This record gives sequence, structure tokens and C-alpha cells, in this order.
Amino acid sequence: MSSEWPLWEVFIRGQHGLNHRHVGSLHAPDAEMAVNNARDVYTRRNEGVSIWVVRSSDITASTPSEKGPLFEPSNSKVYRHPTFFDVPEEVGHM
Amino acid sequence: MGAAQQTSTAENAALFEFLLRMGDNALILGHRVSEWCGHAPALEEDIALSNTALDLIGQTQLWLGLAGEVEGRGRSADDLAYLRDGLDFRNVLLVERPNGDFGKTLMRQFLFDAWHYLLLKALKNSSDRRVAEIAEKALKEVSYHLDRSRDLVIRLGDGTAESHRRMQAALDELWPYTGELFMGDAPDASVAADGVAPEPASLKKPWDELVAETLEEATLKTPADGYMQKGGKRGVHTEHLGFILSDLQFLQRAYPGGTW
Repeated sequence: MSSEWPLWEVFIRGQHGLNHRHVGSLHAPDAEMAVNNARDVYTRRNEGVSIWVVRSSDITASTPSEKGPLFEPSNSKVYRHPTFFDVPEEVGHM
Repeated sequence: MGAAQQTSTAENAALFEFLLRMGDNALILGHRVSEWCGHAPALEEDIALSNTALDLIGQTQLWLGLAGEVEGRGRSADDLAYLRDGLDFRNVLLVERPNGDFGKTLMRQFLFDAWHYLLLKALKNSSDRRVAEIAEKALKEVSYHLDRSRDLVIRLGDGTAESHRRMQAALDELWPYTGELFMGDAPDASVAADGVAPEPASLKKPWDELVAETLEEATLKTPADGYMQKGGKRGVHTEHLGFILSDLQFLQRAYPGGTW
């Protein structure tokens, strides 16, 4: 039966005003049931105050084969990290 | 014994009876639903049903705990759950019906949830503060049970030809067990007169409306109110209760006082 149901990605916002975080995925026939299922599967221990679900098939992901072109160029650009720069004495504590 | 004291003893007995009925409905349905644990058609449903079962068993502890207090003979919720015989159980026959397939379990759940929800909503205004407090806590859980069973009844009723057929068959089979929810007797009249609980019959109209609305959306045909099965509320049960109790009570019967 579950093989006929689409897969949904579940995002839960915790108690303390944090962003919704990806917590896992589950099967459900539609969005409303996906929220219900997420409530039952992922918030049994009082983990959240808000649930988002999105069909896994609606997520566009970067492809692993593009890992090189996408991410490696930033390896050699250490100046993009704030720690690369020396803070002049006069600036004081930041 | 003075007349006033006699009245209060009778009132107390009626309240005890009412609390047993609340507790036993939750206990027996909770046990029935727990039988699905590990067997539901999908992992998500398995967890959802187990949550429902645990909610109901949690409510049982509150109702039977209060029943034991009201009775005043030192019996705990566990004593009442594990050490009474079938004739002393006060649940309606509906909740001891076998699970059948997933659709039948959900139909039974929906018919019960709709009643449970309306009753708890009324009990929030009970003249007995202890009853009102339990109702307040249970209503949050039961509102979700109703949301869920209602959604699933609609989806399965208005689903495939096969799921529609099964839901209609479940509805037709269970319908004669719904009448008992609205039949009042002397203890019911007593707690109603004290403002503890509503008359069972007063819930029939809102229940009919709630159920009819859902069944219509589910494209299911509401059966006519014909002969209604009854007996559970006064301890006259179907053969199924004995099997439930042999499972439910086995440990305490085989190893009296056993704990873990």
C-alpha cells in the first residue's frame, strides 16, 4: 500500500523560534495526511510547534556529478571567510 | 442511615458507574486499537494507531483512577482494569467489536470518536471539577483522533471501488452498535440531574449531523436506525470481551501483584 503513496519531506520548527529543519520523510496519500502522519511520526516527544511537508519529487537537488564545478572553486577563496582578514587594533572588539 | 445520606450514597454509586463507563470505553477501545501495533498497512499508520491507543489507555488511567477514588474502597485504576471480570465491565458493545480490516477499524474509530468528542466537550462544563479536568485534557487528544479518523473515512469511502465497498460494509455492520451510545438509564439520569454529565440522548442529534456530513463527503450511505444492540453499559457483553480480557489481564491473573 505504501508503495502507492508519494514520499514527503518533513520539516519541523522546534519550540524556540528556530527555523524549520528537515527531520525525515514519510509516505502519505496527500498533503493533509502527510501533515497528520508527520505529527504522529515526528512530534511524539513534543519536538515541534509547526510542520511543513513538501513532496520529495518537488525538490530540485544539485547533482552529485556537479560537485566539482559547484563547490570546489570556493575552496581556494579563503578571503570569503571573515577570519581571513586581520582586524586592525583600532577597531577593537567586534 | 438518614435520607440525605442515602441519597448521597446513591449519587455516589451513579457517579462510580458513569466513571467506569468512561474508563472502560477508553480501555477496551485502546486495547483493540493496540492490536494493530506492528500490523498496520503502512509504518505511518502503525505509529498513528499506536498513538491513539496510548492516548486512550492514558485516559483510562484518569477515569478509572477517579472511579476508584469515588468508590472509596481503595481500588486503584490498575485494580479496576486488571482484576474485574467481564460482567463488571461497563463499555459499550461497539468498542469490543473485532478490528476486522483496516477500514473497519477506522469506521469503528470514527463512529466512536464523533461521540467521544461531543461528550467530552460537554463534560468540560461538568459540575464535578475532577470530571471537567479529565475531559479538558482528553478532549485535546480526542479532537485529533476525530480529525484523523474522519479524514481517513472520507478518503477510503471516496477512494477506489474496493475501499468504498469495504467502508460501506463496515458502516452497515457497525451501525446497529451505535445506538447504545445514546441510551440512558438510571445512573445516567442521576449524573445528568447533578449536572455531572449530559443525558446520553442529548448527544444523538449533533452526532447524527456530524456523522452524516462526513459520510456524505465519503460518498457512503448512512444506514437507517433499525434495531440497536445493547447490553455492554450494564455488563452484558458479546463473547469478544472475554477474549480481550484474557489477553489484557493475563499477567496480573497469572502473576498476581507482578510489577516491572
